[in-house]
Amino acid sequence: MTTLASVGERTTERARDILGVGRVTNRALTTWLHGLPGVDQVGCEARAAGLGTRSIKTTAKAWGIDMAISMIDLTTLEGADTPGKVRSLCAKARVPDPTDASTPRPAAICVYGDMVATAREALGDSGIHVAAVATAFPSGRASMPVKLADTADAVAAGADEIDMVIDRGAFLAGDYLTVFEEIVAIKEACRRPDGHDAHLKVIMETGELVTYDNVRRASYLSMLAGGDFIKTSTGKVQPAATLPVTLIMLEAVRDWQESAGVQVGVKPAGGIKTSKDALKYLVMVSEIAGDDWMDPDWFRFGASSLLNDLLLQRQKLRTGAYSGPDYVTLD
Amino acid sequence: MSPTATRKAAAPAPRLDVRKTYKLYIGGAFPRSESGRSYVVSDTKGRFLANASQASRKDARDAVVAARAAFPGWAGATAYNRGQVLYRVAEVMEGRFDQFVDEVSAAEGLTAARARATVAAAIDRWVWYAGWTDKLAQVLGGLNPVAGPYFDISAPEPTGVVAALAPQSSSLLGLVSVVAPIVVSGNTCVVVTSGARPLPAVTLSEALATSDVPGGVINLLTGQAAEIAPWLASHRDVNAIDLTGAAGADGVVWGDLEVAAADNVKRVLRPGGNGATAVEPDWTITPDLRRVRAFLETKTVWHPKGR
Amino acid sequence: MPRFEYAPAPESRSVVDIRSSYGLFIGGEFVESSGDASFKTISPATEEVLADITEATADDVDRAVRSARQAYRGVWGRMSGADRGKYLFRIARIMQERAREFAVLETLDNGKPIKESRDVDIPLAAAHFFYHAGWADKLEYAGLAPAGGRPPRPIGVVGQVIPWNFPLLMLSWKIAPALACGNTVVLKPAETTPLTALLFAEVCQQADLPPGVVNIVTGAGDTGRALVEHPGVDKIAFTGSTEVGKAIARTIAGTRVRATLELGGKAANIVFDDAPVDQAVEGIVNGIFFNQGHVCCAGSRLLVQEPVHDEVIRKLKRRLTTIRVGDPLDKNTDLGAINSAAQLDRIRELSGIAEAEGAVRWSPPCELPSRGFWFPPTVFTGVAQTHRIAQEEVFGPVLSVLTFRTPQEAVAKANNTPYGLSAGVWTDKGSRILWMADQLRAGVVWANTFNKFDPTSPFGGFKESGYGREGGRHGLEGYVTTGDDQ
Repeated sequence: MTTLASVGERTTERARDILGVGRVTNRALTTWLHGLPGVDQVGCEARAAGLGTRSIKTTAKAWGIDMAISMIDLTTLEGADTPGKVRSLCAKARVPDPTDASTPRPAAICVYGDMVATAREALGDSGIHVAAVATAFPSGRASMPVKLADTADAVAAGADEIDMVIDRGAFLAGDYLTVFEEIVAIKEACRRPDGHDAHLKVIMETGELVTYDNVRRASYLSMLAGGDFIKTSTGKVQPAATLPVTLIMLEAVRDWQESAGVQVGVKPAGGIKTSKDALKYLVMVSEIAGDDWMDPDWFRFGASSLLNDLLLQRQKLRTGAYSGPDYVTLD
Repeated sequence: MSPTATRKAAAPAPRLDVRKTYKLYIGGAFPRSESGRSYVVSDTKGRFLANASQASRKDARDAVVAARAAFPGWAGATAYNRGQVLYRVAEVMEGRFDQFVDEVSAAEGLTAARARATVAAAIDRWVWYAGWTDKLAQVLGGLNPVAGPYFDISAPEPTGVVAALAPQSSSLLGLVSVVAPIVVSGNTCVVVTSGARPLPAVTLSEALATSDVPGGVINLLTGQAAEIAPWLASHRDVNAIDLTGAAGADGVVWGDLEVAAADNVKRVLRPGGNGATAVEPDWTITPDLRRVRAFLETKTVWHPKGR
Repeated sequence: MPRFEYAPAPESRSVVDIRSSYGLFIGGEFVESSGDASFKTISPATEEVLADITEATADDVDRAVRSARQAYRGVWGRMSGADRGKYLFRIARIMQERAREFAVLETLDNGKPIKESRDVDIPLAAAHFFYHAGWADKLEYAGLAPAGGRPPRPIGVVGQVIPWNFPLLMLSWKIAPALACGNTVVLKPAETTPLTALLFAEVCQQADLPPGVVNIVTGAGDTGRALVEHPGVDKIAFTGSTEVGKAIARTIAGTRVRATLELGGKAANIVFDDAPVDQAVEGIVNGIFFNQGHVCCAGSRLLVQEPVHDEVIRKLKRRLTTIRVGDPLDKNTDLGAINSAAQLDRIRELSGIAEAEGAVRWSPPCELPSRGFWFPPTVFTGVAQTHRIAQEEVFGPVLSVLTFRTPQEAVAKANNTPYGLSAGVWTDKGSRILWMADQLRAGVVWANTFNKFDPTSPFGGFKESGYGREGGRHGLEGYVTTGDDQ
């Protein structure tokens, strides 16, 4: 069994290798990140829009809907969350559609760290994961000890996955080293003595990064620092997930697998409301990153109302008639 | 009773019409004036036509807010898109041809034939302007051959929110001739209609509301220019003002409005006429691009050319 | 790992009503030929016969030209610009209303994917009419006014011959400006793709366009020649092969007949080491595989800067594995059928020559249908400037890859061709884009994009790619006269 510090050490050593330097400094990171090829905004958006014209019908649509459901991180992140609310959400995840037992189940529940224990108990042995947001979500504006404590609490409570936020202020000020070191530290805090480490998703908050060049750079920085997943947004800032931003991230993980030999997952979160949207994302996964990512272990949707729209579409495919809100349950 | 008398007694009463209410057009909606006031609109023989909303300075203020909010979307739309929307306005106006004829005839005391000619001219003028959206840049902009290794280009851009005093006499053709050139390039506007002849403007706003024109792009305030114009002339979030409708407007001294406009260096389009006198132009003359150019900025961009 | 298989998503054919046979559209009506020759138009994806088409004789062409002359003298040439504009607005609107019909018909007759006819061809065609409708009464602003201040006048009767690659769009590029400026037209669509032109004739009827303003004569080379040589034609507009373009130029030499020619190309698509590489790969794909490469301005020569050659080719090949080749009516098809057996033979021949010359051939695995005319997307690497595959227009989904070291070398190689229609430049550096644009001898330079068209944007070539421009203010020049004729 490796020591707690070794994950961070190995990550930093790999980073030195990849950057080709003796020490990971801000200058080295800047040179590397700013040397990545740029993204042409118009071209990127045109490609995303073009992929959005794929026509997904009949069997493909049914397959896509089920796959999308199985990729959902069913989310509640409100100040008003109560144990009752969280239990209700977990019940919904366990039985999404009481009228159809063949309905797949979401991959995970996503809650604030102090709700992890409640969620864990409510989910029982269903196999549905508990993801917890941490590191002073959503703003990330707190000291490192606070962010570490936030993470440690969630990990101790049994979270399977941690969704952290990067320090956007540091990123936009060009202090990439701080962002790197924070991710490395949080990744370490995800470790558990029994070896079942929590998986780390890194939320970049692409709406605040604004440019696609920044999204590409933040993606690479997050992967370099050992993130298991890169995630678009907290869902608390507009715009949240968009197709072009997710396309950039899918290209990044695809290229990263080739160059670093490591697979990293992608999670668009926030603003994905309809089945039509979800199917467009799956088309992008398939045609940009490839089949290796077409799996809940490597692609997730951060969503709440999306599940019910997928269920409505599923019902329509089953019954042949358009359905309505009375026929899907509230969570 | 004799059969004839029975027939006469049984003749049906003439159908009572449902009369229209004439309100302001602000932000794509039809509110009454916040002041609650209205005023009597009569035809040229003094007969009652309708009560029109009387716009207040607060309505004007709200209209400027709506126009400003609508500006990024309208200016940011492609020229092609603006052309499509404006052409659609003409389609809807054409569908209301007879309604416009009735209103213009009543407002201006024209014979049916003259009114028909006027309405036709108004719609055709609107079509003329609609066809300009995607051509202005080519006619008014271009590459500048500077004496150095630079790409240097000048392009016209809309100035922003334009206030306009619509003509007092020509209630539709003149109105269209003032409004269309403002919006064709992407400006939004707040228009004070003719005081005495506002009704065709309200019908125009109904056409606008049903033709994909985004709310706030064109705002029409019925009322008195003497009351509203000074507030628009001095408004710091208005970029330009068209004083055409000062001609023949009671209590309006266009020079005073121009003084007020100087406070934030508005672009001013002076009314027709010579010296201090304001005269309403002859709207039957085919326009040139003067009214479009008056509300355009020119942006010049440089970029070096090198390996 | 699971694969997202797209189920068939066919666009329905029922929206369009194809007659079993078509006459010629002359004087506002469908009429019979003076002769009895006809030919069949087929779907290149299935080889199914779509309709019988009349082959116009020289007499038919004469009749059409007379009809156009009569309409010019009697109605159109004296009509106000505003009224001409109204007719064009009507046509534009009807094309928008019948857009789905046109798209399906175009895909059936041409073989291009429905996604392209629906999203590119038909909307642009309608937009061309919309744009030119607005010019009809504004010609005095176009910068074409003669000395003395009179507004520009139309030329008269225009003969127009268009190719099979963008049938309806090429028709729009020809007819819209011609009519806007006050001319009347006789147009011959390509023999393999007459159907959308014939549907357009119906649109003219629905718009109540005065008879004779637009005439459509179907036929092949002989019909085209009859039209070009007809003494009653004042101006010729031709889009097609350079060879035929030269023949036309020779035919009208010594006369006062004017011509605009839009001919072939062998465009260089230049990718620098600092290009936004994923978008550049899309641009390469779009440049040569859009419309099956049946594009005069196709980016058929990829000039990639040597340091990034391997990376770009690797990414390109990976990208090509997601291109879907198949039934053009399926909404998910990216690459459709080759337009004819003749064209397919030519593509195969040139590809064979390329291999013989030493280029390395690669195509992604794809299943081609058994009937119809099909060619997989193909990339030749190791191509040199002297290879025929780098010089001759293939007009198919075949990309030749060459390398360069410096911007000057890229310019030299890009310009080293008798053609000069278009070029692409991919780099993040603005000043380089503008410098390259200055140096490239091409009528259209696309920077960090490719194959973009707009009614407002003038299109046309340098050198043997032709002369004259279509679109924009500049495109009007070919359709007006300043009086002294020239």
